[in-house]
Amino acid sequence: MSENQKLTMGPVLYNWPAEKKRDFYFRIADEAPVDVVYIGEVTCSKRTPFFTPYIPDICERLEASGKKVVLSSLALVMSGRERNELTDLTSECPWEIEANDLSAISLLSGKPHVVGPFVNLYNEGTLGYFYQNGASRIVLPCELPVDSIAKLTDSAKGREIEIQAFGRLPLALSARCYHARSHNLSKDGCLYVCDKDPDGMDVSTLDGDPFLAVNGTHTMSYTVNNLLGELKELSELGVTHFRLWPHDEDMVKIAEVYRRTLDGDDDIEKSNAELEELVTFAPFSNGFYHAVEGTKMVE
Amino acid sequence: MELVCPAGTPSALRAALQAGADVVYVGFRDETNARNFPGLNFSPEELQEAVALAHGMGRQVYVAINTYPQAGNLAPWHKAVDTAARIGVDAVILADIGLLDYAQQNHPDLRRHLSVQASASNPEAIRFYKQAFDVQRVVLPRVLTVREIADLIKEIDVETEVFAFGGMCVMAEGRCSLSSYATGKSPNMNGVCSPASHVEYEQRRGKLISKLGEFTINSFPDGEPAGYPTLCKGRFIGHTGDPSYLFEEPTSLNVMMMLPELIQSGVKALKIEGRQRGKAYVTQVVSGYRKAIDAVMKGETVPFIDMANITEGTRSTAGAYQKNWR
Repeated sequence: MSENQKLTMGPVLYNWPAEKKRDFYFRIADEAPVDVVYIGEVTCSKRTPFFTPYIPDICERLEASGKKVVLSSLALVMSGRERNELTDLTSECPWEIEANDLSAISLLSGKPHVVGPFVNLYNEGTLGYFYQNGASRIVLPCELPVDSIAKLTDSAKGREIEIQAFGRLPLALSARCYHARSHNLSKDGCLYVCDKDPDGMDVSTLDGDPFLAVNGTHTMSYTVNNLLGELKELSELGVTHFRLWPHDEDMVKIAEVYRRTLDGDDDIEKSNAELEELVTFAPFSNGFYHAVEGTKMVE
Repeated sequence: MELVCPAGTPSALRAALQAGADVVYVGFRDETNARNFPGLNFSPEELQEAVALAHGMGRQVYVAINTYPQAGNLAPWHKAVDTAARIGVDAVILADIGLLDYAQQNHPDLRRHLSVQASASNPEAIRFYKQAFDVQRVVLPRVLTVREIADLIKEIDVETEVFAFGGMCVMAEGRCSLSSYATGKSPNMNGVCSPASHVEYEQRRGKLISKLGEFTINSFPDGEPAGYPTLCKGRFIGHTGDPSYLFEEPTSLNVMMMLPELIQSGVKALKIEGRQRGKAYVTQVVSGYRKAIDAVMKGETVPFIDMANITEGTRSTAGAYQKNWR
């Protein structure tokens, strides 16, 4: 492995207060060994207005520290307001955009853009189409096993491919808000209750076994995807970018562990032990990669 | 208004045609379709007979090839499209961009519909599929209200088809990996959701527990009917500590009472879910909807047609078609 492999920080998927999010990105800009930082509201358009005013300053600071900025678009686009915001974003944005819905891909056709992890991409036919359509990088969906990743990197022929290497995985999107529903509120009158759970609201089975996590209209894995032990194999397959999903933990330290491993530190056991101390809210998993249940951790 | 009805077997197809289906949609007996269940679906020979029968009655057959082809193994999906074209089906229903591209390149005259599994929920996405692959119709995801559907139709030049009755995804279709998270098998990759192979029922202290993989999905006191453990329709515990149907109750979609509004909105076709259901279900739902559509088209009010015996949990909902569902 070498420093050719880039580490990326995905957009914050949870409803953090705007100032907290700003401070998070400032610290990432100043301290985290990541190459690319994604920013923007992916989960719920109702949250957008609070954070938008901070974005230009954050982008400036990220770029000043040598990081590449990508603006992430909404994953499920339905209303007129959401469509207008997307049209504005794609027509006048000075930064590259991550398209998380086919509407964004449609609007960005012919221009360089990143195809985000919320877009269905399972095979080389679709991969080739997206590159031809202008994609500069493609982030693969979370449920792909290593065999599929290998075929796709083979077919990418050196073009950029990103995988989700750390964090709770976004498993499902809905028009319905489960955070609001669980508080007996409607989506329109949600009181932004999703801000109570900075890493998502844990969901357990009737037996009390933790199972999923709710983040507004998104349903996440309860477990924290951790592909530290698979980084070497993924790099050899030709994956060029590795995404960390932000959590309410020390993301700078977490990024340092991943960077060190990408740079050749092969003491995975020690690094995983370190990660376990840093990530306290849920256990790790890597099942999707190994073509078993996503919830499983294959040693 | 076209009535598009499901068939998992040749006998269900005959039942649908007899009950008044304008179109019957089917799948091949493999992983290329999103109802890849044991004992279900059509061989190429059966499809050929089905098409001959339907065309003889002036009706149509669509073929759903709506899972996402596996990387490095595109051949089964390409072959499915080739076979459907050779037999002369009236349309193929596709979700994957690579497969739409293949179909357009190799069978430009074969009519292409966009599957609900592609979850195209706005005019920009739909225009993309129209411009890139000349899709003639889009099956809308069940995330939009009737009013949003009416607004959307004004902005696109593609026919629209919407679900009217049957099992209902609460997530945006095709954008859900919950099943593979719990079982390793997903709708997009394997054509199954909450597959029967991973379902177990367990007797525990006067209760019947339903499980999917290692996870308890619901529990029923003895004597109560136990529902199938579809992952998103189970009871779970969130922040309150109390069990609830956190995502959705076990319920079926039924938009019959909204037929006048849907017809008004400009929707071209109504779709019944349930290729995995038997002949009796198909007959009852299709004849019920045939009667209701014919009445509304004549300007009459929607007749009362009881479907409670075939809805999940004997309850029905208009789901996302009404804004308060969200």
